[in-house]
Amino acid sequence: MTLKRLLKTPSLLAGTVMLLLLVCAAFLAPYISPYDYTRQDLFAVLQPPSAVHLMGTDQLGRDVCTRLLYAARTDLKVMVLAEIVPFCTGIFLGMLAGYYGKWVDTVITFFTDIFIAFPFYLTVIIIAFVTGSGEHGIYITFMLVGWIVFAKVVKGLSSALCSEEWIAACKTIGLPGYRIIWGHLFVNVLPQAVIVLMTDMVSLLVTVVTLGFLGIGIAPPVPDWGTMISDGKTFIATSWWLSVMPGCAVVYTGIALSLIGDGLADIWRGK
Amino acid sequence: MTAADTVLNVSHLSLSSSVQKNLVSDVSFSIAPGECLGLVGESGSGKTITLRSILGILPPGIVLTGGSIEKHGSCAMIFQNPVSALDPLCPVVSQLVEVIRCHQKMSRESALVQADELLRMLDLPVSLERLDRYPGQLSGGQCQRIMIAIALACRPDLLLCDEPTTALDVTVQKQIIAVLRNLQHTLEFSMLFVTHNLAVASALCTSLCVMKQGTVVEKGDTKSVLSRPQTEYTKLLIRSVLPVPECGKEE
Repeated sequence: MTLKRLLKTPSLLAGTVMLLLLVCAAFLAPYISPYDYTRQDLFAVLQPPSAVHLMGTDQLGRDVCTRLLYAARTDLKVMVLAEIVPFCTGIFLGMLAGYYGKWVDTVITFFTDIFIAFPFYLTVIIIAFVTGSGEHGIYITFMLVGWIVFAKVVKGLSSALCSEEWIAACKTIGLPGYRIIWGHLFVNVLPQAVIVLMTDMVSLLVTVVTLGFLGIGIAPPVPDWGTMISDGKTFIATSWWLSVMPGCAVVYTGIALSLIGDGLADIWRGK
Repeated sequence: MTAADTVLNVSHLSLSSSVQKNLVSDVSFSIAPGECLGLVGESGSGKTITLRSILGILPPGIVLTGGSIEKHGSCAMIFQNPVSALDPLCPVVSQLVEVIRCHQKMSRESALVQADELLRMLDLPVSLERLDRYPGQLSGGQCQRIMIAIALACRPDLLLCDEPTTALDVTVQKQIIAVLRNLQHTLEFSMLFVTHNLAVASALCTSLCVMKQGTVVEKGDTKSVLSRPQTEYTKLLIRSVLPVPECGKEE
């Protein structure tokens, strides 16, 4: 039944196929690609795309396609890992604020307002200075500020649901608060939260890439789309493929995730 | 009547909101075990918020400003619109099972057996026993029966009904009233029945309490209120019950 729905929603189907292709390619990178992502070939630097090097080579003669696939591993991993904690805390706090209201809501809203005022990139830069550049800076920053968008959406949704009669009915029946929250409220807010997750992942991906571009994201020699774009900008006039290929990869992933989000929204709205 | 032999004792209840003072003022009534009290009156007369204040689920902004509510025993409530009173994303049988398990600590299997009994008691179709039916897939009457089943699973001493038949069509209305009356006979709970329909109230209730603009204007057992109404308002309510035109009988 779920599969049938998936097949009936073109945007979801397209998005899922696109994402699956990328994930598979990233996973199978060592088997797909005949090159090593660190292997330099100084006799074949800055070669345009050809049958030997599908996406050309960079200034050190490394195969761009191979690096792109390995970079997908890093970027997708960071994108998923960095979202887990904010997604859970955001939903949890949002439901608490929406369900209990009153002082619980006041306290949680107070903290959301504080963290929403944090300039994101500045926070990452500060944390990168403190802990050194790399993935963990992104994780820490996202744990600090990433939950806000989920908390806000889920809180609004929960307080709207709480004024509905069935929540009052659950209360009159004598169900304890935690059972109403986890058994009923959670299921009702989850679809919306997942749709927000999809859009948020796109912006997180762009953030990771931007940080890589600025040189405070993923640290070399681990390949990352952001650092690849950044490295290629010196040769942008003569070797366009160095920056354009990873750029396209970012856009491709963004489109895939957005399509999935749209598709899910369509399905749940229809229901 | 002393407090000991009532299941509900509401005395001098007053409710206000910030916008309007005295939404309900000085309302008193009590319900004896096994009694069915009908709270009747036009829309906006304060019946529903009186009922909601008993369970403490007043809409935000409305507060209790005076009087007291004493409950002796457990309560359960049936709502006006049954479809919106059930979790839309949870199968109905699961909701019933959850309530049974919450009130009597038992395994899921034995709760399912009990849910089965309740469904049969309320003449609900066997197809519901399959666990995949959601509220949106049932008719209003079926949802209301599920609501009643859920309320009964709480084993209430007092059943509060907030216009439970208003959102249903007339034939289903009749069935639900019959179901409630039978259940009350067999399970012997008390009932507080809020309605604007005097015909429905007279079919079910042993005594009536007529409300107008937040106050009780007349109180007494059903027969005497209907046959010898004391106030103009009650007479008006009685007159507004639409008579069924009888065919073949000319005046």
